[in-house]
Amino acid sequence: MGQIQLNQVTKSFGDVQVIPPLDLTIEDGEFTVFVGPSGCGKSTLLRLIAGLEDITSGHIAIDGTDATDVPPAKRGLAMVFQSYALYPHMSVRKNIAFPMRMAGIDQAEQDRRIEAAAKALNLTDYLDRRPGQLSGGQRQRVAIGRAIVREPAAFLFDEPLSNLDAALRVGMRLEISEMHERLKTTMIYVTHDQVEAMTMADKIVVLRAGIVEQVGSPLELYQRPGNTFVAGFIGSPKMNLINGPEAAKYNAATIGIRPEHIDISETEGMWQGTVGVSEHLGSDTFFHIQSGLSPEPLTVRASGERKLKYGTEVYLTPQADHLHRFDQNGLRIE
Amino acid sequence: MATQHSRSAARLMMAPAVVLLLGWMLIPLSMTLFFSFKKYLPLRGDSMANGLEWVGFANYARFVGSSAFWPSVQATLVIVGGVLVITVVLGVLLALLLNQPMWGQGVVRILVIAPFFVMPTVSALVWKNMFMDPTNGLLAYLWKFFGAEPIAWLSQASLPSLIMIVSWQWLPFATLILLTAIQSLDGEQLEAAEMDGAPSIKRFWFIVLPHLSRAITIVILIQTIFLLAIFAEIFVTTGGAFGTKTLSYLIFQRVLESQNVGLGSAGGVYAIILANIVAIFLMRIVGKNLDA
Ligand SMILES: Nc1ncnc2c1ncn2[C@@H]1O[C@H](COP(=O)(O)OP(=O)(O)OP(=O)(O)O)[C@@H](O)[C@H]1O
Ligand SMILES: [Mg+2]
Repeated sequence: MGQIQLNQVTKSFGDVQVIPPLDLTIEDGEFTVFVGPSGCGKSTLLRLIAGLEDITSGHIAIDGTDATDVPPAKRGLAMVFQSYALYPHMSVRKNIAFPMRMAGIDQAEQDRRIEAAAKALNLTDYLDRRPGQLSGGQRQRVAIGRAIVREPAAFLFDEPLSNLDAALRVGMRLEISEMHERLKTTMIYVTHDQVEAMTMADKIVVLRAGIVEQVGSPLELYQRPGNTFVAGFIGSPKMNLINGPEAAKYNAATIGIRPEHIDISETEGMWQGTVGVSEHLGSDTFFHIQSGLSPEPLTVRASGERKLKYGTEVYLTPQADHLHRFDQNGLRIE
Repeated sequence: MATQHSRSAARLMMAPAVVLLLGWMLIPLSMTLFFSFKKYLPLRGDSMANGLEWVGFANYARFVGSSAFWPSVQATLVIVGGVLVITVVLGVLLALLLNQPMWGQGVVRILVIAPFFVMPTVSALVWKNMFMDPTNGLLAYLWKFFGAEPIAWLSQASLPSLIMIVSWQWLPFATLILLTAIQSLDGEQLEAAEMDGAPSIKRFWFIVLPHLSRAITIVILIQTIFLLAIFAEIFVTTGGAFGTKTLSYLIFQRVLESQNVGLGSAGGVYAIILANIVAIFLMRIVGKNLDA
């Protein structure tokens, strides 16, 4: 079990309110990802749930019972820190055993769980090493192992992959998703890498300055962003946002169109522009096109074979059914 | 320092320092050894110019044979051990306290460190006259206030008093080193331990103390080196009476009071041996923390 409910939770550091009143429900077994720009309060929110920070006002309930004043150890949650926070003077085995030792679980059961976790995380050969003798990815797995053996109601991850190189990150991403499928335990995962958010989440919570901008499945957020902030934040490369007279033609203050929803042609189209830098990824090519429509160049996705020289005059046509419209407050118009 | 070339360059550049240090160490050491095998009583007319009489191991035998020898070794070990225990235990506690965010932290830290800047002679005199004096001392007033008979600290409880004075001097050093060590502890480790269900006392035992082990080792080793040779504190308080005669004090007495350089030198060699035994012993117990 692991349903977590935040009710009008706020957090202030001195006079600075980092989290304004916030309501959020995380269902049992859900993989929830908090994303948002740096400093928006993701870590703070996670630490409030963990109990490592006291909330200023409001209530937190875990599995329906009030946990606002419950100390972290009693909440039944396990956390994986960005710095891994392994105990450097203990072997991997002792690190993993530590929470069980604190809980007074008997030795045989401890050994059984350590073996199981080590096997699942490919750590069997490293059990007698110290954390200092492990690679970044292995340390990460030890930190996860230490969280798993507690059999927690929910896992909390604070940017667990940000210290790993790109290839390892992809691997660990899959392993964590795999683990979620197997354990079916609630997981809350903080990241500012939106590829992680899109690929792993059942539910994404987009935060800005402590405010929940939108909650939904990855595809919902991608296909129907609720406001311009979410529209610009989710998706890579970013959605093109256009203000002014061109948007007014669609009865909106701002229109948004994703790079893959613009057709590019050298002969005819709605908008005229000049090809700037192009990025060839092999499968796709992204063209950055200067047009008078917005200060930044528009990004357009084309197939990998498409080649356009720097400075070529081109015409762009947005696909009308994929056009997003927003009012002057930035909210979506249906 | 990986390549052959850089290694030999390093050796070349370190050579002057090594030679200087060796000379620094070897010349006094060999002179001590030299004198320890000679009869050398300057007041009786012995001098280097006239040539000194070779007496073999007679000085060594006499030094050990003196009734003051074994008590002085014991006094040395008791003082060193007592001060080490007190400074390390209180040092850890003070460091924990000073690491807490509190009002006036900067001032408190300076106050805690202050005793270290007081010269040993001065601090021992202050303790002797202001605190431990049986008639006018503050401690005597305190005892009288509670209706107890004042203690003549330096004669009735001479060793504990001395340990107290020396601990007071060395506590700031231990606290300072341990405080910097505590400050380098990663806060997330403590938070992780808290989430893992460790209450604060267990967090201290399993996380903080192992983290401090290396700093504690350094404190113990450095303090031992200095404590084996404490002198001023004894000189101005008890003058070596009431069982506070340490090995270094005994050597001082032999050389200066009885003007026997040969005997004092033999004592010096014993002091070197004792220091090495203590050092090896300490290295065995705590030294493994240094290479981890
Ligand atoms: N202990 C603290 N005291 C005062 N302000 C704090 C404290 N911890 C965090 N803050 C402030 O709270 C805000 C949110 O911080 P938080 O660490 O939650 O951001 P984040 O979303 O995790 O950012 P990042 O992606 O960079 O990790 C920041 O503006 C930060 O300055
Ligand atoms: Mg953060």
